[in-house]
Amino acid sequence: MSILITLNDIVVSFDGEKILDHIDLDIHDKEFVTLLGPSGCGKTTTLRIIGGFITPDSGTVTFDGKKINQLPPYKRNVNTVFQRYALFPHLNVYENIAFGLRVKKLPEKEISKRVQEMLKLVGLVGFEKRSTARLSGGQQQRVAIARALAIHPKVLLLDEPLGALDLKLRKEMQIELKRIQEQLEITFIYVTHDQEEALTMSDRVVVMNGGKIQQIGSPVDIYNEPVNAFVADFIGESNILSGLMIRDKLVEIGGRQFECVDTGFGENTPVDVVIRPEDIKLVKPEDAQISGVVESVIFKGVHYEMLIDAYDFRWIVHSTQAAEKGSAVGLTFVPYDIHIMHKMPKEEYPLRGIEPASEPEDTEEAK
Amino acid sequence: MKKKLIAAPYLLWMVIFILVPLVMVGYFAFTDENGNFTLDYVANVAQYSQIFVRSIWLALIATVICLIIAYPLAYILIGMNKNAQGTMLMIVMLPMWMNFLLRTYAWMTLLGNNGLINSLLQTIGLGPYKMLNTEGAVVLGMVYNYLPFMILPLYSVMVKIDKSVLEAAADLGCNPRKTMLRVVFPLSLPGVFSGITMVFVPAISTFIISRMLGGGGNLLIGDLIEMQFLGTAYNVNLGAAISLVLMVIVLLMMTIMNQFDVDDDVILM
Repeated sequence: MSILITLNDIVVSFDGEKILDHIDLDIHDKEFVTLLGPSGCGKTTTLRIIGGFITPDSGTVTFDGKKINQLPPYKRNVNTVFQRYALFPHLNVYENIAFGLRVKKLPEKEISKRVQEMLKLVGLVGFEKRSTARLSGGQQQRVAIARALAIHPKVLLLDEPLGALDLKLRKEMQIELKRIQEQLEITFIYVTHDQEEALTMSDRVVVMNGGKIQQIGSPVDIYNEPVNAFVADFIGESNILSGLMIRDKLVEIGGRQFECVDTGFGENTPVDVVIRPEDIKLVKPEDAQISGVVESVIFKGVHYEMLIDAYDFRWIVHSTQAAEKGSAVGLTFVPYDIHIMHKMPKEEYPLRGIEPASEPEDTEEAK
Repeated sequence: MKKKLIAAPYLLWMVIFILVPLVMVGYFAFTDENGNFTLDYVANVAQYSQIFVRSIWLALIATVICLIIAYPLAYILIGMNKNAQGTMLMIVMLPMWMNFLLRTYAWMTLLGNNGLINSLLQTIGLGPYKMLNTEGAVVLGMVYNYLPFMILPLYSVMVKIDKSVLEAAADLGCNPRKTMLRVVFPLSLPGVFSGITMVFVPAISTFIISRMLGGGGNLLIGDLIEMQFLGTAYNVNLGAAISLVLMVIVLLMMTIMNQFDVDDDVILM
């Protein structure tokens, strides 16, 4: 796959506040890339730079090998699906979709053909004459997608397009969007704060926080091999513990040594350790390396979420079997499920809730 | 029941101060001095058709000039930050805080043969030009006095246009000029229509402006009506007849214009 868009060392500040802090990103032809992060992480700003609505303070934006920093939106071969759709209220469904084609002065016959194609693509045949004010949120969304796709852009930018829809509709649209992208074979750049959405649809996920890219990778990579505590916490729930990498494939957590599969962290290096809640199995206390007391049990539909107090740490465990509150249980996990990450600088710890796990000194005392 | 009770004072007000006067105008228009029914006065209005045409013409010109000045101004205004918008709006409204007569007198001293503008022109060897007592001066007076009534409705409609809609237009290939033409203008039409109404209606019936800035030669309908009630030509019946015809003309023009107006629900094109 060839590289279509390159962001090189992009910096953007508003009112002295750095929104994007030296962003480097390559986007390939025909891929579905998702920019994922909490609000204020700079994902929408990144999208707007590609769309041409923001000019970066420094750095270059390259499209198809040409620098396009100063190119206004109307000259770019990318189209946007806006967060709140931004349909033209004075035009009906047909004219909204035809808008870009009319601006291009295409012949009426071609316009009609393309609008019909688009209506079929998004499943709105028969809605041509409908006023956009009389459409549901999901239908407005489809018109916005059809309108952006009608002029056959090379890249479609989507800014949290499903944010205003209810859960069921959102899931349907996720599948629909993926289908459209594969059918048209164009690049989708998708912005969302919903990690599940990102994992469902993307070829690659770009996790952002504080104006910086934290990690770029396939959904599986991002989920299974988060590079730091932020990514681990943002992509699904995690147990993030402080540990000490004794040597390759051996890590010490809470004074106990565990086999793991990671290498290359050096010897006696403080690290963060991630263990996913669904990777932990509950067993009898005597059969496990770690034992603790069940603090709470919450029914989540598919599984139970349990908080288990063990070694001064509150472990989150997901299981289809509920343990009794207050009972003693043992926790086990296999080496493959222990993910080792470099420690994050303290000031970069995510704001939302997780404290830096306890310092390694504690573990040494426990020895 | 309660709602009706609350509405009662307003209803009474409307009957006393709107309905009754209208009926009286109608009554006087169709009767003579002795109270007998006659169509003479309404028929006589025809002889003033020249004045009607001039009034409509000048009011139209003033309305169009107001629109030409106000439209870009409103468009520039909505692009400014909120504070600047507030300041600019206040400047627009500022002349309205001063008395209408005073403002018009001021123009007399500016435009006169020995007025400020001619004096300035003479110092650089030009003029004097006859500016006061011309149709141009009347139009200027109308534009100056009624411009805020064009700017405000335009601004209030345009400020509500979602910025992301303008971005969507740019995204779909519109340069700023095309965005203006294809999106901003159609969305601002309700403001255009109410602005036109707010300027045209007072402009067509004005009498002070034409008297002060137009001299005796540029009589407008407003002056004509005033003369029938207060002037030497005292003739209440004729005055009522002229008023009635003017009302019908304005109503007709508004109806025609409303044909172009659109509800939110109806699609343009």
